[in-house]
Amino acid sequence: MFGFHYRLERSAIGLVAFIVLVASIGGFIEIAPLFTIDETVEIAEDMRLYTPLELAGRNIYIREGCYACHSQMIRTLRDDVDRYGPYSLAVESSYDHPQLWGSKRTGPDLARMGNKYSDAWHVAHLYNPRDLVPESKMPAYRWLLRDQLRIDDLGGHLAAMRAVGVPYTDEQIAFATQDAYGQANPDSAEASGVMERYGAATNVRLFDGTGPLTDMDALVAYLQMLGTLTDVAHEEQADEVE
Amino acid sequence: MLADFTRGERTTASIILGALLVVGLAMAIVGRNDLIGIHGWVVCAAALAGIVTILRQFDLPEPTPERYSEYYDAPTRLGLILTLAWGVVGMAAGVWVAALLAWPDLTFDVAWLSFGRLRPIHTSGVIFGFGGNALIATSFHVLQRTTRARLPDAISPWFVLLGYNLFCVIAASGYLMGLTQSKEYAEPEWYADIWLVVVWVVYFAIYMRTLARRKESHIYVANWYYMAFILVVAILHIVNNLAVPVSLGSAKSYSLFAGVQDAMTQWWYGHNAVAFFLTAGFLGMMYYYLPKRAGRPIFSYRMSIISFWGITFMYMWAGSHHLHYTALPHWVQTLGMAFSIVLLVPSWASAGNALLTLNGAWHKVRDDAVLRFMALAAIFYGITTFEGSFMAIRAVNSLSHYTDWTIGHVHAGALGWVAMITFGSLYSLVPSMFKRERIYSQRLVEVHFWLALSGTVVYVFAMWNSGVIQGLMWRTYDETGTLSYSFIESLVAMHPYYIARAFGGLLFLLGALTALYNVIMTIRMPARGAALGAEGDLPATPALQAGE
Repeated sequence: MFGFHYRLERSAIGLVAFIVLVASIGGFIEIAPLFTIDETVEIAEDMRLYTPLELAGRNIYIREGCYACHSQMIRTLRDDVDRYGPYSLAVESSYDHPQLWGSKRTGPDLARMGNKYSDAWHVAHLYNPRDLVPESKMPAYRWLLRDQLRIDDLGGHLAAMRAVGVPYTDEQIAFATQDAYGQANPDSAEASGVMERYGAATNVRLFDGTGPLTDMDALVAYLQMLGTLTDVAHEEQADEVE
Repeated sequence: MLADFTRGERTTASIILGALLVVGLAMAIVGRNDLIGIHGWVVCAAALAGIVTILRQFDLPEPTPERYSEYYDAPTRLGLILTLAWGVVGMAAGVWVAALLAWPDLTFDVAWLSFGRLRPIHTSGVIFGFGGNALIATSFHVLQRTTRARLPDAISPWFVLLGYNLFCVIAASGYLMGLTQSKEYAEPEWYADIWLVVVWVVYFAIYMRTLARRKESHIYVANWYYMAFILVVAILHIVNNLAVPVSLGSAKSYSLFAGVQDAMTQWWYGHNAVAFFLTAGFLGMMYYYLPKRAGRPIFSYRMSIISFWGITFMYMWAGSHHLHYTALPHWVQTLGMAFSIVLLVPSWASAGNALLTLNGAWHKVRDDAVLRFMALAAIFYGITTFEGSFMAIRAVNSLSHYTDWTIGHVHAGALGWVAMITFGSLYSLVPSMFKRERIYSQRLVEVHFWLALSGTVVYVFAMWNSGVIQGLMWRTYDETGTLSYSFIESLVAMHPYYIARAFGGLLFLLGALTALYNVIMTIRMPARGAALGAEGDLPATPALQAGE
């Protein structure tokens, strides 16, 4: 073995080939099957898509680095389930490009945050967390209420999501900007189309309390749907209890 | 820098920078309604600064053919200064975000001052700015000395060093504007990722071209590690960053993978960024500078072979230990755990090889703070890899994951191992690279050593305590079977440790500032030996100006 190596280390090309070969095995064996084995991701018939407004909110969540302190992955541990709800299933993040499972809980897990608190609570909490939770370590995100949300390019965002495999229809892409506006303005003409295209369970509300679209509208819309894309986790784990 | 270039090379460099300027302009114009446009102007500014520098010095005398009889160290000199500069920036950002966790109102209602945007400046600043520059600078030095061949050409080492730092600047300024892919340690967006691939291909080519011209038949072990670092980081970087941009005029992209496949790919990348960026590259550094400084040969050639191939093979399986008890299939978690435990064998073979090399030179470790930095690094490497294997055990991970224990573990490695071996190598390299008799102040090296050690110990102990307390509080039940503590109660318990952590980090930062001062003062000392005279001065001076 050492004799072979004595010859190998005299060839630059040989070393390069061996390093690439030896280093590729582990990743190949662990990652490639995840794309092919059917049991890796459960099937959820009721899975709905992110609305354009929710996707914009998700991008704000990414922009502000929320994932650095909040996980979106409830583990199969009793205390995780008791604290946060049914453990997360793979299918629940199957439209997440990229996933936001997180690696650190400086703040609590958010995988099932949707509809747990009111919109007003979220707006006040994001505006200054310490108004509601005096011991909180979270920054105050006041600029979310000041900054106007950009929605004119959301069709392009949906199209890019479709390019990586999320089944948005041509209609959803064409109406992306309109739907983003409608979802946060329930009394507008644009509002009706949102539920038609994304399902009756979609939240259509004045998220930040006012008409003009702000980054706050989008982020709250996103936080309020976390864990609600499908009910499959609740159903499966109810079966397990029986 | 330009004194080393012939007239033809000055022209070639201008053409490359001109092409870069065109790319920057295209980005600025196509992306005028998007943040990518601002980065277009950053690229233009960098290209223009380069072009102006070249044109102003275009008529400098050309280098004599004798330059080929010397090693090409000018890129290494600037690389060492950039290493320290990024180190100070990255560590200062770290102290600041640590303070934000203790006193969150320091955000002052300014978006780019918030924790989420500054944290990647700390992580990328230290890993890529400080670590990456150290690896590039030392690899150029080690490669030439161990092959006894000069770097293959005058331009490409500068292309790699400056191009890499352009990547770092785009990354860091992007984070402030909120541009991130959110993948930890792979945050830069698609166009920065493509640029890094270009730089990396040239880096690899430098390695192969120099090795092809080597005067030693065997390739020294340090180069195996540097080569593994370059090759595997390229594989990891390309696969994990596959994404579809919204448009060519948009900074935003959507990752090709989703959900569980994306999580596995990300932590395959993330853990091996630790393995091949923060371990393999720095082991390369250790295998050259530690025996050199100690004046002893490596203890065991066979141990170095076993540890090299063990690390190269096994680390790639270990990433899934970041995903214990998640929606990742159980069999992948188990594989990751098993390989993480076995990884201790090659890791300790390397740490042991380093420490056994010091046998017979322990009196030097006692007297020489530079060698002590490297010895301590090997010890911390051993401690951290043991802790890492331990934390990868599923049952242990159920307590440690999501807590500050992970942060403590990372910093035992980053401060104790990566930074210590870097400072040790840097101190031993600076005098000879700048042709100075010695380092400006050995006493200040001593001060730095104790600041670094005490800072690391305070930091790591604070995070161990807070992590274990946090993990226990989350899982404590009372007699009625309900959880004893609310989440916010666990956060309140962290407060004193967050202050202690910021203090530990501050000590470490002060050490880095000491190093920066000491190196600047060393450079300002008179050059060694009058005989070298004017010809010795020429390459050094422009490199210095570029670094300031």
